[in-house]
Amino acid sequence: MFTARNKGRLAITAVAVGAALALTGCASGDPLDSGSGGSDSDSDTIVVGSQAYYSNEIIAEIYAQALENAGYTVDRQFQIGQRDAYLPALEDGEVDLIPEYTGNLLQFYDDTATATQSDEVYAALQDALPDGLAVLDQSPATDQDSYNVTAAFAEANSLTSIADLANVPDLILGGNAELEERPYGPTGLKDVYGVTVSFNATGDTTVDALVAGTINIANVYSADPRIASNDLVTLEDPEGLFLASNVVPLVNADLADELAEVLNPIDAALTPEGLVALNVLSVDDQESSDVIATKWLTDNGFLS
Amino acid sequence: MNLFLDAFGWLFAPEQWTGADSIPERIGQHLFFTVIAFVIASIIAIPLGYLIGHTGKGREVAVAISGAARALPSFGLILLLVILVGVLQIGPSVTAALVILAIPSILAGAYAGLESVDRRTIDAARSVGMTEWQILTKVEIPLGLPLLISGLRSGLLQIVATATLAAYVGLGGLGFDILQGIQTRNYPQTLGGAIVVVVLALLLDALFGLLEHFAVPKGVRGARGGRIASEAKAPIEAQKAGGVAQGVSAAGR
Amino acid sequence: MNWLSNNLDLVLELTVQHLRLAVIPIVLGFVISVPLGFVAYRYRVTRGILLTVAGLLYTIPSLALFVVLPAITGISVLSETNLIIALTIYAVAIMARSVADAFASVDPGVRQAATAVGYSSWRRFWAVEFPLAGPVMLAGLRVVAVSTIALVTVGILVGVQSLGYLFTNGFQRRITEEILTGVVMTMVIALLVDLLLALLGRALMPWARATRSVSRRARPRDAAVGGASA
Repeated sequence: MFTARNKGRLAITAVAVGAALALTGCASGDPLDSGSGGSDSDSDTIVVGSQAYYSNEIIAEIYAQALENAGYTVDRQFQIGQRDAYLPALEDGEVDLIPEYTGNLLQFYDDTATATQSDEVYAALQDALPDGLAVLDQSPATDQDSYNVTAAFAEANSLTSIADLANVPDLILGGNAELEERPYGPTGLKDVYGVTVSFNATGDTTVDALVAGTINIANVYSADPRIASNDLVTLEDPEGLFLASNVVPLVNADLADELAEVLNPIDAALTPEGLVALNVLSVDDQESSDVIATKWLTDNGFLS
Repeated sequence: MNLFLDAFGWLFAPEQWTGADSIPERIGQHLFFTVIAFVIASIIAIPLGYLIGHTGKGREVAVAISGAARALPSFGLILLLVILVGVLQIGPSVTAALVILAIPSILAGAYAGLESVDRRTIDAARSVGMTEWQILTKVEIPLGLPLLISGLRSGLLQIVATATLAAYVGLGGLGFDILQGIQTRNYPQTLGGAIVVVVLALLLDALFGLLEHFAVPKGVRGARGGRIASEAKAPIEAQKAGGVAQGVSAAGR
Repeated sequence: MNWLSNNLDLVLELTVQHLRLAVIPIVLGFVISVPLGFVAYRYRVTRGILLTVAGLLYTIPSLALFVVLPAITGISVLSETNLIIALTIYAVAIMARSVADAFASVDPGVRQAATAVGYSSWRRFWAVEFPLAGPVMLAGLRVVAVSTIALVTVGILVGVQSLGYLFTNGFQRRITEEILTGVVMTMVIALLVDLLLALLGRALMPWARATRSVSRRARPRDAAVGGASA
């Protein structure tokens, strides 16, 4: 009796363990699996990464679908996070392609870079990139850091440029936590424009904090649809505190030539307004990135 | 190991200890939200737990709700509350999330404390003519105190650890150093920030460990250490009451 | 309010991924904790050390552990192995203590009886102590399972995909429904796994129910831990 019961228990344990193993086993083929770099051993598979930023994921999805349309097998490793996480992966060949932004990428590899205009930045970036990595043609679309104020605040203090802030007292700058340490952050504002600010790490709530008045200046990406929808004023940057930051595919150098054939026409077609429109579809219409990407590729004649 | 050396280098650099954004200031912010959430959670959970423990009513419901609350992903809860309450009410939203997360441990500590009291002791109290209120305040609460404190301790540690996530929505605290370190690739800073959180948690834990030790009523203390069975039982129950967050050393050890 | 209906595939995919990320550390944590917990129960010195180390490990903020671990282990930052190792550490931190308590809860009389009828210590462990420690171990395992499933979501901050994706992505896009879906699905998985473990315990350890109905004192501690199913 005891043994029979024991066997029953054993069977249940076996089933449970088996189910757990099966679950682990079969799910590792999942496309979202951010696991080993073993999957790119197949030369036809392109591993496409993206930052943990919805807009970047849309661009990555556009690249991915275009490559699939060109006959490649694509492994999506989206939302990898920050540069320090995915750049080593690109250098190791774990990831083959990721949408990047010229200015921010240049600053990552060369924090003393002086170039600020789009073409200069692009040229400097090509020199600064480590061996094994290459950028394809840059897109006219930009998505760069910018300082924004509310329309009312701009009017009250007659602001059009960052330089005008020098006369305004008690300024609070809001943005991601990292902004405090960046060259264009509080230190840069002081050194380049003589503007003194205190810093508030408002993260993803920066625009809301600006509209509510808990901060006066907000660091917002220039392609963020909320600049238009909240009627914000982007301050001009005559001294070039910010580097121009165009969308650019960062790729494994070995694949640069073949990927350029597919991706260069796409980057040429992506305009600054077009990028904002993509973001609007995501934020306002709550469309998923694959739907948005398919729509854009179809509208622009890349998919039939 | 180099990373640890660098982290201590970051930790003991003079600029971390003075002025704005210094470590003391971050600890202050961190403790501010921790203490507020802890006090609110205690005010809600202790009386409720005592009511359940004393009357034995509503226990199944409390267990079910506590169980469900333990399954709440804290990070998601914080973001959800911030977006629901309004992104400008970050302080109150995050505090509310921390309160919700701490309630199950404290509630369980409160009612498990009362329930751990031997029925015969309560019957004895009743037979010598104590009122229900006297039984609660003079017998059940004192005898259940170690388990309550164990629950409070778990709840507090949960809050301290979870409050680091508040930095994601811009609330500062010690999570800020961790998050900024991630964003700027300054891992010594991230590790340094984590070390401060760990030390803070250990200090609070030690404080509650002492409280728990002294909370065992004198008359009971001797008896507890004497019998093997009850010695074994005490830590188990303490841990259960604590639930998810651990209770390190248990009553009477 | 059509986000969910348009993204059912995504939610399903993330749920499977989430479950996979959680199951591995739960199983690993249990397997590692049994010998650790047993040693801690047998030898007083190790018990003190184990409990202190476990307490220390559990206070490390998850976010920091996820980030710092690759720097220490040298595993690629991209690899989900980091997350699995970190979650296993937390699982062991809770579980090892639970296992030690579980063995301590076995009646010494029963243990002596087993020895008296001639059981070797190996056989006594597997045939008597381990099964009798089962109910308390299971209670600990259920706590581990629920907390691991909730903790997986923080991995999104270091780029490991799970239902946590819905938190950050929904927050950036201000889609409340997306975050809510993530929270609810995480809880659903946690409670289902908890229920499954409770049922498994009932099937494997029928004696636990019998003792429970006898001893009133056993009730509060089991239920205080358990989930909705308790």
